[in-house]
Amino acid sequence: MASVEHSDGQGLSGGEGVRRRDFINIAAVSFAGVGAVAVVLPLIDQMNPSADVLALASTEVDLSAIQPGQAIKTTFRSQPLFVRQLTPKEIAEADKVDPSTLRDPQTLEERTVDGKKQWLITMGVCTHLGCVPLGAGEGENRGEFGGYFCPCHGSSYDTAARIRKGPAPKNLEVPKFSFTSDTAILVG
Amino acid sequence: MVRIGAFLVGLFFAGWLLVSFLVGAYAYVTEPPAKTVEHEFHLAPKHVSFSFDGPFGKYDQQQLQRGFQVFKEVCSACHSLKFVAFRDLAALGYNEAEVKAIAKQWAIKTPDVDPATGEASTRDPVPADHFPKPFANNVAAAAANNNAIPPDLSLMTKARHHGPAYVYSLLTGFQQQPAELLKEFPDAKTPEGLHYNPYFANLNLAMAPPLTADGQVTYGDGTKPTVDQMAQDVSAFLAWTAEPKLENRHRAGLATVVFLLIATALAYMSYQNIWADKKKAVA
Amino acid sequence: MSFPWAEHYTPKHPVMQWVDEKLPLPRLVYNAIGAGYPVPRNLNYFWNFGVLAGLALVIQIVTGVIMAMHYGANDLVAFSTVEQTMRDVNAGWLMRYAHANGASFFFIVVYLHIFRGLYFGSYKAPREMVWLLGLVIFLLMMATAFMGYVLPWGQMSYWGAKVITGLFGAIPVVGEPIQTWLLGGFAPGNASLNRFFSLHFLLPFVIAGVIILHIWALHIPGSSNPTGVEVKGPQDTVPFHPYYTAKDGFGVGVFLILFAIMLFFAPNYLGHPDNYIEANPLSTPAHIVPEWYFWPFYAILRAFTVDFFFVPAKLLGVLAMFASILLLFFLPWLDTSPVRSGSYRPTFRKFFWILILDVLVLGYCGGAPAEEPYVMISQVFAGYYFAHFLIILPLIARFEKPLPLPNSITDAVLAKYAKADGEPAAVPAE
Repeated sequence: MASVEHSDGQGLSGGEGVRRRDFINIAAVSFAGVGAVAVVLPLIDQMNPSADVLALASTEVDLSAIQPGQAIKTTFRSQPLFVRQLTPKEIAEADKVDPSTLRDPQTLEERTVDGKKQWLITMGVCTHLGCVPLGAGEGENRGEFGGYFCPCHGSSYDTAARIRKGPAPKNLEVPKFSFTSDTAILVG
Repeated sequence: MVRIGAFLVGLFFAGWLLVSFLVGAYAYVTEPPAKTVEHEFHLAPKHVSFSFDGPFGKYDQQQLQRGFQVFKEVCSACHSLKFVAFRDLAALGYNEAEVKAIAKQWAIKTPDVDPATGEASTRDPVPADHFPKPFANNVAAAAANNNAIPPDLSLMTKARHHGPAYVYSLLTGFQQQPAELLKEFPDAKTPEGLHYNPYFANLNLAMAPPLTADGQVTYGDGTKPTVDQMAQDVSAFLAWTAEPKLENRHRAGLATVVFLLIATALAYMSYQNIWADKKKAVA
Repeated sequence: MSFPWAEHYTPKHPVMQWVDEKLPLPRLVYNAIGAGYPVPRNLNYFWNFGVLAGLALVIQIVTGVIMAMHYGANDLVAFSTVEQTMRDVNAGWLMRYAHANGASFFFIVVYLHIFRGLYFGSYKAPREMVWLLGLVIFLLMMATAFMGYVLPWGQMSYWGAKVITGLFGAIPVVGEPIQTWLLGGFAPGNASLNRFFSLHFLLPFVIAGVIILHIWALHIPGSSNPTGVEVKGPQDTVPFHPYYTAKDGFGVGVFLILFAIMLFFAPNYLGHPDNYIEANPLSTPAHIVPEWYFWPFYAILRAFTVDFFFVPAKLLGVLAMFASILLLFFLPWLDTSPVRSGSYRPTFRKFFWILILDVLVLGYCGGAPAEEPYVMISQVFAGYYFAHFLIILPLIARFEKPLPLPNSITDAVLAKYAKADGEPAAVPAE
């Protein structure tokens, strides 16, 4: 921790003529420099997520209570997570859209797991400025495309949570997840 | 003026301390302080060596696993371990699935809130959880334990002088109250419900001997579970719970000291170098 | 400020020239701890401790700011957030142990720095202000260390806070209201913890400020030296840089080795085990002791056991403890000997070593339980402490016959090498 002083003390010492070429002084200053860098590493690393935060980096979600057409809002890594079971009608609506016409082209297949197309799992974080969109709760405004609607600046997402209108640049993010059974997923 | 004032203040303090000394010394000679039973019969912890002693010490994972087993089967019924999480057990050599299983099968459940009713409920612990406490609060703990609250064990070996040796000595130190003690201090008979243990600060411990018979737990690795062995193992385990980063610390320390020795030697040579022309010079 | 022969700052690089014109900070540094500060050529290793104290403060501020990132100043969570820092935060154990042991090393270095000043008469004119400011730093350090020790909210934290604030309760009439005011309650609690945290964060920066004044005041007359003879000409000095930066670099290395050994291999040696037990207002530790650096003062506090007429012993102890530090402020006017350095004062030197022994014994007694014979020993040694500064030093100054002083620093250096001739590898300029 102190090598700062140390290097200070010696770093300047090369300043005058003959001494600059002195191997010992250069070696001493270099060692102090290496030491200072080695000390800085843990000082930086301590700001990274701690072990208890990392331990909560994955979340299990039980799907058994979610009926078609319903969604729940839960949390994943301290941020909202939307878990929705799409109705066949919503799936059809999503499939009807030609991806090439979208701002962020993706098909519903690409956003869901093979064979479990009805389960749409997305972050509840608007890709514009990070607000929580409406639409996961019962009776909330789902916007003109029937998915999610962000009240902050009016971004509308469709039934596959793809951006259709408004300022948001991207579709709602689909986190990494896997099915641990037919009715449970592990996110993260 | 300053010196006269100082002289008077100095005379007052020094003089009154001398008076205090004489008063104290007189009392000390005429009525020497009574010997206390703790002073006479309390014992320093036994000498016991562990793999993690010394600057190169490391934990013995096998021993920690055995110690954990003793904690699980014996201590955890009454003692909490609130600063340790199940995930930390990975350091004992358990893999992720094993840690998950240990958490899930833990006898004490983690308090939770029923998501449907909002009422207090419990659930199986997960690796991210800390070890659940056996009692909901201190009142419950005292009520269930003859008014003595079993202390949390997470930091026990750092919260006592010579921690691991102390825990080991305490666990193996229960005994009959010696006859000389009762002869010298007839009033010091161990009260009903307490247990005599010369390694405990006031000699009488509320905890009944927890390790009573060889074979109380069955070790998976074939080690013979004598009382002595179990006491050593659980002491080692508690040393780990108190100082889980000991191995990182020793490793980092060794590297740091070696580095600093070289750097300091260089600094010394550089210092000599720079001063070489100034040693004897007149200007 | 400096001597006429001091080297002048002449920036070579155009960028440095530009900076120096707008803000002469490089010039300031150059004249303070660079080649522009001429320093006596005969300083020994005891002159390393000023720089080391500065380094210790830097270590404390860096690790302390980091600890604050992970700490919760609330009586419900303080203990567990510190534990969590030790267990879960990346390198958290390193930060915590470095901060706790850093405090001890700060005091070790500062005590050596103070005793250097006492032996070599550094407090004497014209450096009284340097000494006074140093004492202010010392008092601020004590306050900071005390409040910092409360923050982990262990048993010793809690009971230490209770005992020390209780000292104010000894003051007649206003004592108890002051104690309640300090704590923000009737016993240490969440309010106390929060204000201690706030002040513990603030005071180190105040210390840093007073250190700047301390160094400023030092640069007016320039550094003292082991002979106590003032600098007479350019031949007596060397530029601070590179001569003393090099020497300090070596000193820093030695300091860090000792610090690392403590930090990595015996991090809890200087602490008390009871502070690993969470604060419990219902159960007092068997022996309440402060951290080791307060032990001599704690011994003085406890040495007063007899009431002085209407003045209770407790109040006397409190007064004596504060007096034991405050009397140092008068030292420049108590010791009137014209000779500065203890090396040329045979009588003073004997009593100086008695004082060292005295303080060590007081320290031992302060850390021991408050029972006999420790109390009696503290009474004798505390009595000597006061007598030493308030009675003996002024008397020595009056009656002592000092040894002949060298004519100049250079004379002293040459005499030393003349004596050591034949050993070409003599240690430079000690």
